[in-house]
Amino acid sequence: MTNAIEMRAVEKAFGNVRIIQDLNLTVAKGERHAIIGPNGAGKSTTFNLISGHIAPTSGDITLNGERISGLRPFEINRRGLSRSFQVTNVFAKMTVWENIRCAVLWATGQRYAFWKNVDNLPEVRRRTAEILEDIHLTHRRDVPAGLLTYAEQRELEIGITIAGGANVIMLDEPTAGMSNTETDRAVALIRRLTEGRTLVIVEHDMSVVFGLADRISVLVYGNIIASGTPEEIRGNPKVKEAYLGEEEH
Amino acid sequence: MTELTSSAPSPTGSTPARNIGFYAAWGIFILAVVLLPLIFRSGGSHTTFSLIGIAAIFALSYNILLGQTGLLSFGHAVYYGLGGFLAVHGMNAIAAHGLPVPLPFVPLIGGFAGLMFGIVIGWVSTQRAGTVFAMISLGIGELVASSSLILRSFFGGEAGITTNRTDLPALFGWNFGPQIQVYYLIGFWLVISAIAMYALTRTPLGRMCNAVRDNPERVQFIGYDPHVIRYLSFCFAGFFAGIAGALAAINFEIANAAYLGAVQSGVVLFATFIGGVSYFFGPILGAIVVTMLQLELSDVTTVWQLYFGIIFIGIVMFAPGGLASLLMMHRPLVRAGTLSMILPAYLIAIVPTLLFACGVILTIEILAAYSQGNAASSTIRLFRIPFEAANPMTWLAAAVLTIGGFFVARMTWRGVTAAWDRAMTAARERGYHA
Repeated sequence: MTNAIEMRAVEKAFGNVRIIQDLNLTVAKGERHAIIGPNGAGKSTTFNLISGHIAPTSGDITLNGERISGLRPFEINRRGLSRSFQVTNVFAKMTVWENIRCAVLWATGQRYAFWKNVDNLPEVRRRTAEILEDIHLTHRRDVPAGLLTYAEQRELEIGITIAGGANVIMLDEPTAGMSNTETDRAVALIRRLTEGRTLVIVEHDMSVVFGLADRISVLVYGNIIASGTPEEIRGNPKVKEAYLGEEEH
Repeated sequence: MTELTSSAPSPTGSTPARNIGFYAAWGIFILAVVLLPLIFRSGGSHTTFSLIGIAAIFALSYNILLGQTGLLSFGHAVYYGLGGFLAVHGMNAIAAHGLPVPLPFVPLIGGFAGLMFGIVIGWVSTQRAGTVFAMISLGIGELVASSSLILRSFFGGEAGITTNRTDLPALFGWNFGPQIQVYYLIGFWLVISAIAMYALTRTPLGRMCNAVRDNPERVQFIGYDPHVIRYLSFCFAGFFAGIAGALAAINFEIANAAYLGAVQSGVVLFATFIGGVSYFFGPILGAIVVTMLQLELSDVTTVWQLYFGIIFIGIVMFAPGGLASLLMMHRPLVRAGTLSMILPAYLIAIVPTLLFACGVILTIEILAAYSQGNAASSTIRLFRIPFEAANPMTWLAAAVLTIGGFFVARMTWRGVTAAWDRAMTAARERGYHA
């Protein structure tokens, strides 16, 4: 069985500075994979490399066995990978409903259609309503996204990410800045919505990571120093030294 | 956000009351287009209405770029002008070869010309949004405007290319000689174009244009190429600008270099922005106001561009959403029935505001009279009251009106703000939100 994501010997350099070197990462289909590491370790860069936001200097990235390194973000998205952003990245002047609907359009085959009334597309309407229900924002559907509370915007962010029905979901610090209750809610939401899909998550909150992930990879200075189950990671001396040792845990 | 969007059938079951309002608004618009020239019957007003109609189509097409897709173009007149030139050449060819094409179809020539140039020029210029797009549009605008003076056989040099619209075959006995017939031709295309451009905003592409405007980066991660969206938007804008240009060519029976120059590009930007980019009907308001200003102001003052600039700066500073936003702000108050709570404050504020405006106008006119060196002999007429520009009493009046008006106006506008808050709070209590 092919893996959902494979990164082989990926390197990313900005000028002379190599911020990612010899990065090897394997994410199996259907697994929930967390990437952890200290600040500046290159977690977000790894996300950007996989999702096509930036192209690797060298090395190979495959999605479901197909090479995607060097493709544009929308080409990668069309092949079934969708990501969220660490800083909320929604369509601020459009309503919650429109935000989700935009994220549904390509997946339902509307492409760049300029001859169809967007309000008369039953499948688009049904899927948008479903996603809104899933992220508990139905009662806020006509509010411009920019006016939502922070936690609601984070939920909308997740909603936009999953709306296209991608089978590989990547979430970049989905609970950052949330209160404990909000975090619990968000984790339950993520668990439910990524059921049966592959999830890659970057997260600082260790309780979220160890509670959610099937496997964890530890990234330090642009290099994966360990990859394994939560128990293996917890017991790994290299990880303790490089990362967990520094944190209250 | 386009407020008219919320008037479209709502996804979880349509609300009939809103739909009635929506169709009523379009009905009133079409009725106005049909009836206005029958109410105002002078030839002058028919000319004015014709110019407004052309400007409205042009401004709506510009708003496909600015309001819908977030693209600031400084060269939109290129597609208007090229549409106009192609239409003139088309009309001359039709007349010369006796082709069976009546005048009402000529705007399509302009439209397809605008579309063709949009297709060719757009691919490169829409690679990037923001400053890059703005600069490229400026460059292409200059390029086309300067080639219009070089390629004389096509553009006719300084004089331009003339045509005669009555040489084309008549349709239902209309030869389009009289201005009223030309007006109805323009009105017909205005209604068709406005409906088409509104419909465009309600398509998947139209919605994604808004998404690209709000956040082009995120669009890439939901499967869309923002470049393609910008490009298609650009082509549509070119098409409708071409229709407007062709109508202008029909109206004036000439196309010249001014059609595609920077001034024309600037005027459409002004009109769209003054009207308001965030509502579909905003550019129509802007087209009415700017056309009227261009026609009327130039009759009453020599420095009309200065007033034009002041009005534009005022809108940018105090009402960046344009006239449409100013109007639509009041919608929740109208719905909640609390509008009457602010009307007295408005009436109080309007008096010193007008006095302040008179002071500013007097000051400008005095300075203009002096800078033109004819202060001693010039009389400023303000609301039929004559003022001698060289008379110190006039200076005093200007100073008192300007300074006094400013301070009193500022006080009364505070009252408006307070009344506004009260009316808005009352509206919220009745369940109506902005």
